Amino acid sequence: MSATDVYRAPALSPEGAIVERHWRDLAARRRLYTIGGLVFLLVALSGSLWFANETNAGKFFDRLPYIADFFVELKPRDWFDPVRALFDLPSPYEDGSLKYDYPEGRVYLTQSLYIPEYFYRMIETLNVALFSTLVGSTFGFLLCFLAAGNITASRWLRFTTRRFLEIVRAFPEIVIAGFFLAVFSLGPIPAILAVSIHTVGALGKMFFEVVENADMKPEEGLRAVGANWVERVWFGIVPQVLPNFMSYFLLRFEINVRASTILGAVGAGGIGESLRLSISRGHEAKTIAIVFLLFCTIVAVDQFSAWLRHRLVGRQAFAYGRGE
Amino acid sequence: MNADAINDIAARHPDAFRRSLWKRYAAPIGVLLCILYTFYCWWFFSIGMVLEKANWNLASAYLADWVSYEIRPDIEFKDNYLTIDYSRFSKLGPNPNPDWVTKEMAVIERRVDAAPAPAIATDKSSQGSFMAPGAPTAENPAAPPDQSAQAAPKTVRENAVVAATVVFGNGRIAITPNLVTVTRGAESVIFDIAKDSSVMPRAALPDWIEQRKPGSTAYVSLGFFGRAEVQNDEVVAWRRFFGWANFVFDTNSPFWGKPFGEVASLIVSGERIDPSRSNAALAWDNILNNAEWQHGDVWLKLLQTIVMAFVGTVLASVVAFPLAFLAARNITPSLIANQTTKRFFDFLRSVDMLIWALFFTRGFGPGPLAGMSAIFFTDTGTLGKLYSEALENIDDKQREGIRSVGATPAMVQRYGVLPQVLPVFLSQSLYFWESNTRSATIIGAVGAGGIGLKLWEAMRTNTNWANVFYMVLLILVVVFVFDGISSYLRRKLMGTAGNGNDERPGRAPARLAPAARP
Repeated sequence: MSATDVYRAPALSPEGAIVERHWRDLAARRRLYTIGGLVFLLVALSGSLWFANETNAGKFFDRLPYIADFFVELKPRDWFDPVRALFDLPSPYEDGSLKYDYPEGRVYLTQSLYIPEYFYRMIETLNVALFSTLVGSTFGFLLCFLAAGNITASRWLRFTTRRFLEIVRAFPEIVIAGFFLAVFSLGPIPAILAVSIHTVGALGKMFFEVVENADMKPEEGLRAVGANWVERVWFGIVPQVLPNFMSYFLLRFEINVRASTILGAVGAGGIGESLRLSISRGHEAKTIAIVFLLFCTIVAVDQFSAWLRHRLVGRQAFAYGRGE
Repeated sequence: MNADAINDIAARHPDAFRRSLWKRYAAPIGVLLCILYTFYCWWFFSIGMVLEKANWNLASAYLADWVSYEIRPDIEFKDNYLTIDYSRFSKLGPNPNPDWVTKEMAVIERRVDAAPAPAIATDKSSQGSFMAPGAPTAENPAAPPDQSAQAAPKTVRENAVVAATVVFGNGRIAITPNLVTVTRGAESVIFDIAKDSSVMPRAALPDWIEQRKPGSTAYVSLGFFGRAEVQNDEVVAWRRFFGWANFVFDTNSPFWGKPFGEVASLIVSGERIDPSRSNAALAWDNILNNAEWQHGDVWLKLLQTIVMAFVGTVLASVVAFPLAFLAARNITPSLIANQTTKRFFDFLRSVDMLIWALFFTRGFGPGPLAGMSAIFFTDTGTLGKLYSEALENIDDKQREGIRSVGATPAMVQRYGVLPQVLPVFLSQSLYFWESNTRSATIIGAVGAGGIGLKLWEAMRTNTNWANVFYMVLLILVVVFVFDGISSYLRRKLMGTAGNGNDERPGRAPARLAPAARP
């Protein structure tokens, strides 16, 4: 190779040149779409921010210096007071008002043994969440097989079930809760119903997607020996989908704990209601106690559910979205 | 197959035939626990008692209210005539004269025991001054001017309603001052009214009429078409109509009650009703400010909710994106940085959206800023966690390849990592956008603005269920549209329509086409 030889890119064949040109066109179009999409997103975002600021009660920059007011006002008289509030111990500041009446809320099991009020409320909320997840998953379990394309042959049955699940899922929980609050008056039952109904839709969808991905060989074998529909589903499909179902059940339980807390705050009892009341009445120690309890409970529930899901389905525990 | 063969098979597969106790009984025990737990909850929430005490009639009435409305004529018995009254803000406008209430007019003589009229009253002794209070003027157009305004108890002759019939879809109530005939289908019951003392049916009551004790108010149920109360001084009827009343224009609007063609021609070519603006502008303004439906306000609140979900999710994704790189242990080798970021994510996630919403509502005041901040904070945590998990699961070969040709660390991330995770990231964000459109409604109800608050207020008053349903329909439409957009974008991104379960490892989808089966 002589020194005068400069490296040159090999010339493209005419066909190659066409491919190259098309590729460049494609790349340019792709870039254009990306930039267009980003610009659109940016415009939409700034428009939305402006709109939100305009229609908000307080303006963003006016309120920013006061944003931490919530926490500043939360300072209790001493740092043991939240502990007393949490465990319903008598407070030294007791003055007959609602603010320091910690022992009032005790729920006595026996003469001397009691559950502190907020623990009791938390148990109530957890029960709402667990019970409605149980009810919802029972119905979701029954419906999911009717919605799965590999199990149910009837197109109409499948279509109806899926649309039903969709509507039930999209219906805002708050409306169901509000409606049943009007019928049952205040209490946790409206929240149970609302969360259960939503859970039927959400879990039904997750469940039937699992069923559709199931291995059909066991089902085929059962069909070959003359099993009926229920037997095929029960012995052929259920054993292989059950771990995934339980994993989704746990995921849903996590979500429902939060949902029932929020529904509690709008009038359905439980810890959510205690929190809203204590914040609006300005009871600092109680608020801190509740927030702390809520935080710990949610962390515990999340950790427990993540651990169990990992045991059940291994890496599949890594789930997309919130399962809605 | 004989016993030996069975034993042989059993011996070869001990794991299937002699399973541990736990494996054999796990399912029944689980079911048993669930049933026990159900009983416990039944007791804990005293569900049985609540269901028993629940007012199911109320529930069906509320449900009917979602798609229908009631008009309530009040027919009061006077000595020998009737007065018909509608509630003040009736959906029929200021001068109701519906065709389902038929009236029989006659000239009657009645005693008026008004107080001796002072000077002012004598001055305006025109028609109407001696009518029963509240009686619409339209009903006695021929009332003659009174003859004498001096003596306190006196007799006047005037045209008044002597009999009225309220027609329901499946029945009717015919009313005269001392006799009420209620008809539903083929059955009919006659009540004798002794004014201000008793309501006596002439025959045994059918099951659609209830009278709690003899002579007291009779409650008449006419199914969906309405109900009525026959009291000893008046008959109150609730006549139900399917549909939403005054959905476009309210009764104060000049366009109210006009057929569509007339409104259209008024808008296109009519003379200006309000000289200061065009009819189209007036009509639009009337629609937006419809007093019963508040379209303008509802749409504004709905837009707030959409904005809350959108901005919250976008900002959360933008912030979670760089933090996730910091949290992923295969990207950032520092354990301290990993753990700090991860615990930070956990903190944001575990302080519930509710608490964030209450906190920001306090900070910014009620409105979409509070709601979007709550969504932003919570979802930064959740998305950050999911993003970092996705990053930790990437294929390392591509990164090595890029690194081996001498790329800078930034280039390694850009070309070695990003192409693998970006579709996953975007898909996750789209899921959260979808899900947040729903949660923004709930968050709104605790004060964070948007349609949730409006919905909640409408529900708590228990009177406006049609408005509630209208808002619910709007929310459903928005949710379905956004679901569609999001799953379309996801399909474009990932090449699948599923929710990620389709990519589950190790289990190939083995589906039978429905048509291939018997």
